[in-house]
Order: sequence, then C-alpha cells, then structure tokens
Amino acid sequence: MYTQGLDRPDQFADQPPGQYPAPDSAALDSAALERFDARIAAEDKIEPTDEMPAGYRRTLIRQISQHAHSEIVGMQPEGNWLTRAPTLRRKAVLLAKVQDEAGHGLYLYSAAETLGVSRDELVDALLDGSAKYSSIFNYPTLSWADMGTIGWLVDGAAIMNQVPLCRCSYGPYARAMIRICKEESFHQRQGFDIMLSLSRGTPAQRAMAQDALDRWWWPSLMMFGPSDADSTHSAQTMAWKIKRFSNDELRQRFVDVTVPQAEFLGLTVPDPGLRWDTATGHYTFGEPDWSEFAAVLAGRGPCNRQRLAHRRAAHEDGSWVRDAAVAHATKRRRPAAAAS
Amino acid sequence: MSDAAGWQLWEVFVRPRTGLSHKHVGSLRAADARMALENARDVYTRRGEGVSLWVVPSALIVASDPDERAELFDPALDKTYRYPSFFEVPDGVANL
Repeated sequence: MYTQGLDRPDQFADQPPGQYPAPDSAALDSAALERFDARIAAEDKIEPTDEMPAGYRRTLIRQISQHAHSEIVGMQPEGNWLTRAPTLRRKAVLLAKVQDEAGHGLYLYSAAETLGVSRDELVDALLDGSAKYSSIFNYPTLSWADMGTIGWLVDGAAIMNQVPLCRCSYGPYARAMIRICKEESFHQRQGFDIMLSLSRGTPAQRAMAQDALDRWWWPSLMMFGPSDADSTHSAQTMAWKIKRFSNDELRQRFVDVTVPQAEFLGLTVPDPGLRWDTATGHYTFGEPDWSEFAAVLAGRGPCNRQRLAHRRAAHEDGSWVRDAAVAHATKRRRPAAAAS
Repeated sequence: MSDAAGWQLWEVFVRPRTGLSHKHVGSLRAADARMALENARDVYTRRGEGVSLWVVPSALIVASDPDERAELFDPALDKTYRYPSFFEVPDGVANL
C-alpha cells in the first residue's frame, strides 16, 4: 500500500547529495539521450543493464525505495490490532494481509537493487530517517474499525496509483507492481468487508465505523500528493513514463469511486463541500489541509517517532539472528576446514 | 548498520505447474541456499503460484553484455528465410 504522496520536489532538499551511488553518473551523451527518449516514446521497457540518464536512475531509486519503506512501515498500524482481532477468521485474514505488505516491501527492495543500490544502504536510509515513507502510516490506529478503513481507503487509494505503475517504463518496477496489484485487491475487499459488518452492526459499531472514516478520509486524500499546481516534480516523471496520471486526476478518480461505497455503507464522508456535479459527472470536494500534510511529512505527525523507533528496535533486536545466519552459512561452506 | 552484509542476492525461479518451465520471478537476499528457498517460498508463492522453486546466487548468472546486443541479436533479424512464411506455397498444394 502506497501512493505517490511523497512525490514532492522540496522534500529531498535535506538529503545529502550522492546518498545513492549512480553507476552511470557520467552524463549520457546527446546521442544516447536521444536513443533513451525514443525508447520511452515507443513504450519500450528499460531494463537494469540498459543505458539510462542518471536522473531517471536516481528518481527510480528514490521512488521504489520509498515505496518499499512504506510497505515495511505500513505493517505497524495494522500489526497493532493483530492480537485484538475480534474473531479468529479476522485475525487470519489480517495476518495474511500484513504478511503481504512484508512481501511487497521485499519485491520492491529487490527492484531497487537492480539500479545499483545495495539493500543495506536502503535499509540504513530508512533507519537513520533520511529516507521517507508514505505519511499515512504516521497516523494511529485507535479502533478495530481502523483496520476496515485502512483496507478500504488506504489500500483503495494505493490501488488507484499502483495500477498505472504496472505500465511504468522501468521493467523491474512494473513487474513488481503487477504482483503487488494482484494482491492489493484482496486488501481492499477485506477492509470493506470489515466496514460492511460494522455498518450492519449495533449503533456502537456503526459509530465506530463512522469515527474511523472521519479520521482517515482526509489523510487518504493526501496520499495522492499535493495538487498538480504545486507538484512540479511530476512533469519529469510523467515524461519518463514512470507515472501516468497526475495527482489530481487520481484523487478525483478515488473520490468518484469511493463516495458511492460510503453511501452504501450508510456512512457520511466528512466533507461539507462534497457534492455531485451533474455537469462534469464528477464529485466536487474540499481541499485537504496541506499544512497538516507538510507537518506529517516533515516528521511532526502523531506517530512518526514511534514508527521509526519501532523499526529501529526491530532491526537491532534482529541483528543477532542475521549474524547467526551468516555464521551458520560460513560454517556450512567449510565443513572440511572446520573438521581438520 | 551493514550487518546484513553476507546475505547474498539470489534469483528465484518458479515452476507454475508441471509441464511448464521454471520462470524467473524476482530476487531476494538470504544467508544460504536453504534460507533462500524458505524465503522464496514465503515471498513468491503465497498464493499457489508454483509447484517447484529454484534459487540461484545472482553472482553465478552469466549474462550477455548489453553493449553487444546488436552484434549478438541483429543478425537474426535479416534471416526471414528461417520462418515458413518466407516461402510462397502455390495454390493447390496442401499439407505443407
């Protein structure tokens, strides 16, 4: 689960330059650039060993690794409810979903590694706070209904963005996204299924569902990133066919498909400005609070510190396991030497 | 924090069902072959995608040089006589 909300020009200003190695950092000559542009125009896929502009490589490393980090950190809000799922069936489903998120992170780290960056560098960048992940995961999960809204809205928003990424010009990313998209629709439906049960339940359960929607609606809209007018970075990624639709186009599409689902559930979308526009055939909706988006992205969201601290602790607590696995593998490679 | 160094990269191949070849599905990191197989099972076959797995250390794969793509593969492009459609079969000739 992830969308392109991180796709901002200014948020990387604080990252040290050259944090990632660019194996072909020597600029492509103009003939090579022309060949590259022609391949992109012809919808040819770019593969790891192909020549590519350093900026294309850098952009992909950043986007794919942020996407991977989002999947990994994204396990935490839902992991919070694993032991408190209301039934064994819900628990099994949620476990499978959280396991999928881990898998998505791993597909994506592998895809990023094809660009010449090491797994350790990527993990270190997450742990030292220099890499970003989707800001949605810095919100707390306060009730069981949040498991429903995360699947329904957050994964729903992720699908909106990820389906076009299956046609991304970079082969390994596109292939990873195809696998991920196949799995995401299970995530969205299990979330909607939770909301359906709650909305057909007791008044207290319906109130819990409405409260979760009230808290997750606006952060979900922010997942698509700032409005097109404020997202100059998007033009280049669209030209490179990494990204196919603008933030605002995807946000509109999300609102158009989600509002009728909320109506079906008998829930109220917390936007007084929301109305159906018969002239355009789309919903008109209010503006998210972009100052909140900027604050969460800058590290001042409700759970930023907790998420990173938890990930660091998990990494450090697991270090003896990684060391032991290496020691075991080394010993097994030299059985004769050890015996003599 | 590079303590995962030593977990080498492995390429994963899955046979979707008997009768089909193993197909490359992606890669992963693991300390040894057994862990690579176990991880491949968890990462790439959570939904019945396969009946058999191969894992190969990525470093052992010998690949063609992308700079030699033209020399290696272009000569095949002008040998259209390798395809049956190159030859005209007169009307009235069957079973050819």
